[in-house]
Amino acid sequence: MIEVEDLRVRFGQTEAVRGVSFEVAEGASFGIVGESGSGKSTVLRALSGLNPDWTGHMRVAGLTLGRRRGRAFFRRVQMVFQDPYGSLHPRQTVDRALSEPLLVHGLGDIDRRVERALIEVALPPEARFRYPHQLSGGQRQRVAIARALMAEPGVLLLDEPTSALDVSVQAEVLNLLADLQLRRGLTYVLVSHNLPVVAHLCPLIGVMQNGEMVEQIGFEDLRAGRTRHPHTAELRALSVELEEAG
Amino acid sequence: MTAPLVEMAGLRVAFATPTGVSEAVRGVSLTLGQEKLGIVGESGSGKSLTARAILRLLPRTARLHADRLAFDGIDILTASERAMRRIRGRRAGLILQDPKFSLNPVMTIGAQIAEAWRDHTKGSRRTAREAVVALLDQVRIRDPGRVAGLYPHELSGGMGQRVMIAMMLAPDPELLIADEPTSALDATVQAEILRLIEDLVSRRGMGLILISHDLPLVGHFCDRVMVMYAGKVLEELPAGELARARHPYTRGLLACLPSLTHPRAPLATLSRDPAWAA
Repeated sequence: MIEVEDLRVRFGQTEAVRGVSFEVAEGASFGIVGESGSGKSTVLRALSGLNPDWTGHMRVAGLTLGRRRGRAFFRRVQMVFQDPYGSLHPRQTVDRALSEPLLVHGLGDIDRRVERALIEVALPPEARFRYPHQLSGGQRQRVAIARALMAEPGVLLLDEPTSALDVSVQAEVLNLLADLQLRRGLTYVLVSHNLPVVAHLCPLIGVMQNGEMVEQIGFEDLRAGRTRHPHTAELRALSVELEEAG
Repeated sequence: MTAPLVEMAGLRVAFATPTGVSEAVRGVSLTLGQEKLGIVGESGSGKSLTARAILRLLPRTARLHADRLAFDGIDILTASERAMRRIRGRRAGLILQDPKFSLNPVMTIGAQIAEAWRDHTKGSRRTAREAVVALLDQVRIRDPGRVAGLYPHELSGGMGQRVMIAMMLAPDPELLIADEPTSALDATVQAEILRLIEDLVSRRGMGLILISHDLPLVGHFCDRVMVMYAGKVLEELPAGELARARHPYTRGLLACLPSLTHPRAPLATLSRDPAWAA
């Protein structure tokens, strides 16, 4: 479904992404983990078309991606960001936020689709005519996910989707994402600094450091500690140390 | 040991809202000696307000009530502003989440730490400079002489937080309150900063209040953990016994974390009992 080959992104003098390659099969989840400045979000932004300054080859659903993406691309590929407060218009109701993608893509039956979307992300029907500030953080992230799904994309790009949430809400959102993937056969690319979060959703994980993907590792190998790169081992050790303390 | 560092009984913090008074902290009691106490809770649990009440650093609209609130025997409820200033920063330091907002952007690191140091120790410019270098060295900054001449924007997040810690240590305080000190930092840096705080606190015989939403983290670095929910303490236990926590909320917070070693799908979710907030 997604092929990225030798992706490079420059910001002025610095090369933020230095030759990253990976593939994601249809209906699969690929996780990218790394610390701040490792280039993990930049990879996602280049893939989503938010950053036009890249070189390399990227293909989604057989289509080779160029600098500019057309409407057909955005119908197929949608993105969910870390902070739903920043990505929802503060003066638009949930109803408006969810209707807009349908208008953009010329899809009809708006009323019923919005209603169904709310049910799908387990939001109460009353939420429909509320503004973002009247919702909790978890509810806002559900709205952002619902909005990304309105035009029925095949691919969701998730950039730290649970990092701004309390852990109990994080669990609910992660369960929702797992559920939606199963029901709709979605393909995910999930970026996070939190290794257990990435590992929970993604059977295959790319570890990034200084703009390079230093290792791709399967969940079972990660769990068993069969890491090949020291940075992967370090991130794993830190997570395991805290888990054992709890 | 004489009087406990902090005594708090029946602390209440309330805010007037258009729809009536809303209580954010509802009757919290604690006693702190030379130990490491963790206060854990989700957003809105009242954990930060509880700790800040000790320094009387609350939003202007907050109303503070307590049966007793004392720092080293000094009654915080009746202390003058002048008396509070002798406590804040000097005898009790506060470390916040993001050093970017806590450091003065137009002063060098060295000048800021020197200011904090001279505030309690009289000395020449030269001794102040030596003290600054020694403090930066204590928080394990390599090349402290060079870093002292840098401005905050030239530091990484982890370095900035080390500088904050150095500044808070300058007056040799007895209590350190760290409010989500590592939430803005990477996992590798987070572990280093917490180990640093732990080490300094133990070596100097200080009291520490570590406030965080991260239960395993707090359990790992503190002696004792207090779990807050809706302005109340639901459970208090030795950090080593977190795995044996009794309260369903504490257990729920631990169970809903994704785990590398014990994966589980779907994740457990928390069903909140209205009785917890009662």
